[in-house]
Amino acid sequence: MTTATMEGTEPRRLSQVGFKAIVRALLKHKLSRVGLVIIVLLFSMAIFAPVLAPYHPNEQDLYSVLQGPTKKHWLGTDNVGRDLLSRVIYGARLSMSVGVVATAFSATIGVIVGLIAGYKGGWIDQIIMRITDTFMVIPGLVFVLVMASALGPGIKNVVIAIILFTWPGFARIIRGQVLSVRELPYVEAARASGSSGLRIMFKHLLPNSLAPVIVASALSLGAAVGIEAGAAFLGVGVQPPTASWGKALRTGYSYLERVPLFSIAPGLLITAAVLSFTLVGDGLRDALDPRLRGEGKKIK
Amino acid sequence: MSEEIKNNGVLVEVKDLKVHFPIFRGLIRKKKVGDVKAVDGVDFQILTGETLGLVGESGCGKTTTGRAILQLDRPTGGQVFFEDTEISSLEEGELRPLRRRMSMIFQDPFGSLDPRMTAGDIIGEPLVIHNICSSKAEYRDQVEELLLIVGLDPIMADRYPHEFSGGQRQRIGVARALSVRPSFIVCDEPISALDVSIQAQIINLLEDLQEEFNLTYLFIAHDLSVVRHISDRIAVMYLGDIVEIATRRDLYRNPLHPYTRALLSAIPIPDPVVEAEREHIIIQGEVPSPFNPPSGCKFHPRCINARPSCSQEIPRLQKIEGQEHWVSCEDYLRAG
Amino acid sequence: MKPLLEVKNLHTHFLTDDGLVKAVGGISYDLHEGETLGLVGESGCGKSVSALSILRLIPNPPGKVVEGEVFFEGRDLMKVSEDEIREVRGNKIAMIFQEPMTSLNPVLTIGYQIAEPLTLHKGLSKEESWKEAGELLTKVQIPEAAARLRAYPHLFSGGMRQRVMIAMGLGCNPKLIIADEPTTALDVTIQAQLLELMKGLTRDFGTALIIITHNLGVVARYADRVNVMYAGRIVEKGSAKEIYGDPRHPYTIGLMASVPRLDMDVKKKLIPIEGQPPDLLHIPAGCAFRPRCNYAVEKCQEVIPELTTLADKHEVACWVDVRRN
Repeated sequence: MTTATMEGTEPRRLSQVGFKAIVRALLKHKLSRVGLVIIVLLFSMAIFAPVLAPYHPNEQDLYSVLQGPTKKHWLGTDNVGRDLLSRVIYGARLSMSVGVVATAFSATIGVIVGLIAGYKGGWIDQIIMRITDTFMVIPGLVFVLVMASALGPGIKNVVIAIILFTWPGFARIIRGQVLSVRELPYVEAARASGSSGLRIMFKHLLPNSLAPVIVASALSLGAAVGIEAGAAFLGVGVQPPTASWGKALRTGYSYLERVPLFSIAPGLLITAAVLSFTLVGDGLRDALDPRLRGEGKKIK
Repeated sequence: MSEEIKNNGVLVEVKDLKVHFPIFRGLIRKKKVGDVKAVDGVDFQILTGETLGLVGESGCGKTTTGRAILQLDRPTGGQVFFEDTEISSLEEGELRPLRRRMSMIFQDPFGSLDPRMTAGDIIGEPLVIHNICSSKAEYRDQVEELLLIVGLDPIMADRYPHEFSGGQRQRIGVARALSVRPSFIVCDEPISALDVSIQAQIINLLEDLQEEFNLTYLFIAHDLSVVRHISDRIAVMYLGDIVEIATRRDLYRNPLHPYTRALLSAIPIPDPVVEAEREHIIIQGEVPSPFNPPSGCKFHPRCINARPSCSQEIPRLQKIEGQEHWVSCEDYLRAG
Repeated sequence: MKPLLEVKNLHTHFLTDDGLVKAVGGISYDLHEGETLGLVGESGCGKSVSALSILRLIPNPPGKVVEGEVFFEGRDLMKVSEDEIREVRGNKIAMIFQEPMTSLNPVLTIGYQIAEPLTLHKGLSKEESWKEAGELLTKVQIPEAAARLRAYPHLFSGGMRQRVMIAMGLGCNPKLIIADEPTTALDVTIQAQLLELMKGLTRDFGTALIIITHNLGVVARYADRVNVMYAGRIVEKGSAKEIYGDPRHPYTIGLMASVPRLDMDVKKKLIPIEGQPPDLLHIPAGCAFRPRCNYAVEKCQEVIPELTTLADKHEVACWVDVRRN
């Protein structure tokens, strides 16, 4: 026995931490509670955009162009007379869906590739890891720009670029997990029972390696939102007239002195989105790490 | 049962089994610098219905031997016969049907159960793998029956491993090993991680199951008193070699190899009166690295009877006339 | 003669997320100079925690010694100042842990780790302390001791590290050595070497020794007196001869019958103790062993039995006289 763990109460294992326990630990974390609230708000904005937005995002009010906040347009209007509030609300739709779609695809690809690399090992692992290295040394935004110039601008290509940029991270995380889980006796036991490689990979290795992927997904969502906005800002992302925070930030930038909200509103939302995903990601990481969960209390 | 050997034929035969693990050094270009000879040419047979005990200290290759018989570590050399089939040359796919007839019980009752599966799914997994059940109902019945056989309540099928105590977890491991109705089970230190009061429960369970299902065991352990209790015959390993094999009575009453004697003497008997009168042979030194074992007889640097020739001549396992007793010690054989 | 160590009604509790764990629930015992005491029990019985409590090594949170006195050379260790207890640790009482792999600092040489406490507690100069460190390594039978002083722990095997730990323990000529499962992680032949070494050294220096172990054989071979613990309490204590020759607590009797002995009749079946080890979060009312006990009567459910003296220093905590059944 060591002084850190007590006789009779063995330390809980990562894999035994249930979903409920994670949520509870996450809610203990003050900053990630804030992040969680913002994320819920952003997603509701995206889902209920048609209900929440006072106007259609592309509806032009040519009598009021580049206005500050009024009763009619709470956040004012843009340079072609569209309602800024509606544009921003619909912008959440784009940002959130790009984040979710890109992360879902890249996590799936990364997990499968990482699972194969970790389980098979040897030259297969070597090749996969060198490929991930190659993708990971290129900075995200540069990668998107290169992709855009190769495939042409457009939201689809931005999403593809984000997927290509983020899957190697997932692959590496899963591979690392699999390498340690693979050596555990229960995997050995499955082999001794005659399990096929596929069964071992998907029935035993995958469920026991997923925890850090949840953390990485939250962080990757934030990164995807940031890259999408950056691409739109640089003009290689979403094409007009679709409402986009990055695009609005860019256009509004030229009118910063006349209508500050034109660029400040989308700018704040981009910051809030990226920040809250990061906060929740950090909170999840702590929640999944039993060492940081602060078990045990002081006896007085 | 009497002390003579059960002779119902040979179930497992191991011939000159070698398992070497290559060691690589170097940062960029990995160069093979040698082998760890975990198992370095062992021969033995396991008879149908018996328990062969395999004892030795850590690093002696006892676990690797067990794993190599089940082809979980593939042998570097030699042959393994199971029911007259030579299995060490089979592909993984060809081995799969054979895995219905041999299984394993693991040392670590905490690590050997997948924490994300229920007890029922863990026990039933081999049934699924080998398509043993034709219906869901049959599967459930079988899992329930297995739980009952190992002394657990069928209600527990839906619980996760962390809800069980160490002894109960080991029972789940036993049920999993039993699920395919094998004829041969490798028990790899199945009780050494358990509490003292629980160990006897598992030993008795293993003994009862052997009788009920006519099982053959290879029982791997480091504790000679446990091995002596459960085994019909005992093999002692040291640094990848078998140094002595005998029936349990012969091995205990008439140990021939100096290492066996030291091992026996190192196990204290829980009785202060007996202990006060017992002779204690304390061998010096540590177990050498299997990467670079001593020349000649690998035990000679620690042996109290070592002679100069022991560092040169490699002893072979030889039969004692008229007995089911083999020993690999030149000194003894010359003198005897 | 006054005992060297007197433990009186010691209670240690831990507060965990799942509730209050009464790891040690009121234990008392004496130890005289030069004696070897075996503290036997299974994991969770409180044997290690009780030893750590003596030296105030229980981390708080989550644990705390909530009650009790520990007299060592006339002083109550539970009441002395931090500085005084630090003086006792390592100087008067040495502790040897189960994990020889983690109890040495990997970035410091063996010599430094043995010599450092010598300069601290004995006020030796650097040269003197290193010279003595070399002598200590020789005493624990490490070959080429002088050369080994400059080595780092990773070059040592588990058995060798445990020898170093013993050397460190012996450094300040302690009055008492507490060895917490000192050989459990080691091989059988190495175990025998180390225990023999420890026994010899305590005999030579007149040091008292507490061996904490779950191995009944080790206790039988080396201990003069034995405390059997279950669920945080001592259920039986006495001389080794009486505990093994005439065990009176159902748990002690059960333990003896459940372990295979090298000298027993091989046809005899083991008699296990049924049920599971106690869950310290939910210790049953009355006697903690009752759910697993073959002798239990109604009273066992209600009142916790206290230790009562049977014969010369043989005490048992049980409502039933097992000889009658």
